[in-house]
Amino acid sequence: MAKEIKKLESVTVRFAGDSGDGMQLTGARFGDTTALSGKDIATLPDYPSEIRAPAGTTSGVSGFQLNFSSQAIDSPGDQVDVLVAMNPAAVKVNIKDLKKNAIIIVNQDAFDVKNLKLAGYEKNPLEDDSLSAFKVIPVPVTTLTKNALEDSGLSPKEIVRCKNFFALGLMFWLYSESLIPTIKWLEEKFEKQPEIKEANIKVLKAGYNFGDNTRLFTERYKIEPAKLEPGVYRNVSGNEATALGCVTASLLSNTPLFLGSYPITPASEILQYLSKYKNYGVITFQAEDEIAGITSAIGAAFGGSLAVTTTSGPGLALKTEAIGLAVMTELPLVIIDVQRGGPSTGLPTKTEDSDLLQAVYGRNGEAPVVVLCASSPKDCFYMTIEAFRIAVKYMTPVILLTDGYIANGSEPFKIPNVDDLPKIEVKFLEEGREFYPYMRNANLARPWVKPGTPGLEHRIGGLEKSHIFGNVSYDSENHDFMCKLRAEKVASVQKDIPDLEVLYEQEGKLLVLGWGGTYGAIYHAVEKARKVGMKVSQAHLNFINPFPSNLGNVLSKFKKILIPEVNLGQLARIIRSEYLIKPIQFNKVRGLPLKSFEIQSKILEILSEENNDNQK
Amino acid sequence: MTTKSEIKQKEIKQLTYQDFVPENEVKWCPGCGDYSILAQVQRVLPELGIEKEKFVCVSGIGCSSRFPYYMNTYGFHGIHGRAAAIATGLKVSRPELSIWVATGDGDMMSIGGNHFIHACRKNIDLNILLFNNRIYGLTKGQYSPTSRKGMVTKTSPYGVVDHPFKPIALAIGSGATFVARTIDREPKHMQEMIKKAGAHKGLSFVEIYQNCVIFNDGEFNHLTDKNTRDDNLLVLEHKKPMLFGKEKDKGIKLVDFKPIVIDLNKKENSIDDVLIHDETDEIPMRAMMLACMAEDSNLPTPIGVFRRVYKSTYDGDVHLQLQEVNKKYGKGDLQKLLTSGNTWEIK
Repeated sequence: MAKEIKKLESVTVRFAGDSGDGMQLTGARFGDTTALSGKDIATLPDYPSEIRAPAGTTSGVSGFQLNFSSQAIDSPGDQVDVLVAMNPAAVKVNIKDLKKNAIIIVNQDAFDVKNLKLAGYEKNPLEDDSLSAFKVIPVPVTTLTKNALEDSGLSPKEIVRCKNFFALGLMFWLYSESLIPTIKWLEEKFEKQPEIKEANIKVLKAGYNFGDNTRLFTERYKIEPAKLEPGVYRNVSGNEATALGCVTASLLSNTPLFLGSYPITPASEILQYLSKYKNYGVITFQAEDEIAGITSAIGAAFGGSLAVTTTSGPGLALKTEAIGLAVMTELPLVIIDVQRGGPSTGLPTKTEDSDLLQAVYGRNGEAPVVVLCASSPKDCFYMTIEAFRIAVKYMTPVILLTDGYIANGSEPFKIPNVDDLPKIEVKFLEEGREFYPYMRNANLARPWVKPGTPGLEHRIGGLEKSHIFGNVSYDSENHDFMCKLRAEKVASVQKDIPDLEVLYEQEGKLLVLGWGGTYGAIYHAVEKARKVGMKVSQAHLNFINPFPSNLGNVLSKFKKILIPEVNLGQLARIIRSEYLIKPIQFNKVRGLPLKSFEIQSKILEILSEENNDNQK
Repeated sequence: MTTKSEIKQKEIKQLTYQDFVPENEVKWCPGCGDYSILAQVQRVLPELGIEKEKFVCVSGIGCSSRFPYYMNTYGFHGIHGRAAAIATGLKVSRPELSIWVATGDGDMMSIGGNHFIHACRKNIDLNILLFNNRIYGLTKGQYSPTSRKGMVTKTSPYGVVDHPFKPIALAIGSGATFVARTIDREPKHMQEMIKKAGAHKGLSFVEIYQNCVIFNDGEFNHLTDKNTRDDNLLVLEHKKPMLFGKEKDKGIKLVDFKPIVIDLNKKENSIDDVLIHDETDEIPMRAMMLACMAEDSNLPTPIGVFRRVYKSTYDGDVHLQLQEVNKKYGKGDLQKLLTSGNTWEIK
């Protein structure tokens, strides 16, 4: 019996199971397929920091959330429409995020006494009415996988490992998506293990056919392709986009890229991607520690490379002194911080935007650096290029902040035509009669001279240098002058960055101001609030130091400013001190991106207070 | 007709000591051993056949680390302990440069220990000169990781409790391919060591015993005083027996894997009993034994080349790999890279 296909605008799906169940992979495959068939998507992987936490327990649950839509979207969705749960613990952990009437597809086979106990269930939730608010569809995934692979010749362990592809196949059926991209992917991935490849394809198809044949589902769904701008698209994660941005900047500037880095979650992927791109002239140096990561990059910058170091919060703390050295030596250097939950080791695999103050202020002495941030996975590509452009133009270190959410999350990326991207001008000084290392051009940048250039031998370092001549100088007036000059140089980058854009009314009662990875959640909150008649505008910062030149003016046009952040109010603190206004804060540090409905409630709360005040 | 390369050769040959002396004033304490090191480096570099602009001096923090300011070459005065890491980034990205790291026992053996062992392990083609005065000079007299046990300093008024590092043993143990020791008061010997270090492809480590006149004066007197020098100093020479003493009448013999001193004037001892030095020995055992001798008051302190072996360099291998990948996949096409993976078109 052919089942009815119902059209939906957008769906949020979450795959959840043990950290060894392959949920990240399953989610990624689902995301790629939906993106390939033209939907706009946003993903949110959420996994424990242990590689294999105790199986069956709630601490070992790994999840992958994905929002796909026929409309343009910028967030992985607040609440889940469909949960695929491979064991009881996955139900237990995720139930709080489900919409009323959400579908829960569970692997019934995993609901045995042992797993129920490990998850902390006294009774089987499939057998009492504790899940009555949801549409629970129990599927014996393990048994069906075993049946499908009876004759495969694989070991029982290998057979059970294929079960995530059963669930994936079933989900493809449910949302009327094609199996072909996944089959192609399996063919490439397991080219050298044909029996594993065949088994997974078989199980994938079995899952798909199960949907067709079972009576458990009365309907299936379809999401139409989204109306995105014309062009060629691919799916990118923020970390991948960052790596591509690095290579692109290198080619746009015709300067070889050097990455000095030490593995750290959630930034390691950038190092992994870039270490593949050797035929693009990229040198990656996996250093002995975070400090060697940045200092090797400083050495390479001195040598004339486009130098970058990648890290996360604890690593940025270790690099602090070296960033000061790059400030003092005025060398171009990009420092990419993929923020995670802190302080200390904190929440390594969870997102947070709490390194802002560290990036802007966290150094000894007067050590200004340019600070930028990216607001979505694809934005990482463009902000990385921007970071390099500013670094070489002004001979300054630039910190680029991304976060675990946009680094691991993915979305469709319209592939730019390389020839359309503006070149980054890099000019090494090659000769000069009157050469001094701290001479300056109109941008206050000192010359970049490669060692090996005859006649321009010079010494730089962390000691204060005399203006123009660059000799070690302890002169008090000179130090005062140089500190102010370095500050002026970084501040002058303001003339080179775009004005802050305000979405909707340019003045009014309320502006929601954000930065970095909160863009999607804020955008949706504002959009929804406006749909129900609230007058609220949005502005989002990509440039933190310096701020866009019109920021003060923008802020002055609104009666109230709301700043939602995944920290305890770091941007709000800077805004307060720079513009002497008192923004309203909305802060959550749960290791997760902000939820748009919470921001929406806050908007409502502020605007109704505002109306009450007016009525009084 | 002279070819271009011959002209270049000529130019290189014309370099002299004076080419490496900058205009600015050298500001070490009068009588500091660092002056001798600076002078020997300035004498040797012109002889290495390398263009002046290709020399780069890199340092960390400490008295020794002011070195780059006193050399008229490209120079980078880094932050405490990080000289080896800065130099590594420079060398890996610019392998054609000749990089000289000037560092001290605090800078390289304490705060920079990690970078040092990894630079040795990776065999990065750097020349590291360790100015070892066994004291923190620039911070005015605290004990260092090479200070002798019991030494009284500002932070060890009752004597140092720590066991010291043996820098040579640390370098050998970490995989350095050229390891040598010399003394500030032995200019000729130092020149020879610096020259050999410069000629060696791979990580060259030269420990230089250097007298701090202010905070640890006389630390190496037993090795430099003409009355005691010959009885305490064993000058290592490749393929030659390990002899010392004014009359070269004392030798090192190995008994039960332990070095002992034998008197060749005694009938029972013969020159054939004396160990022959082999700096190219692949097995580091003998070099390690020599590295531990300085701490033993019954044995002389060796100077010279402890170890000189060949191993591929990290910087060389990185560029070899770049070439191989380039050959295999062709020069990268950015548009192709951006368009890689699953793509779809929206019209």
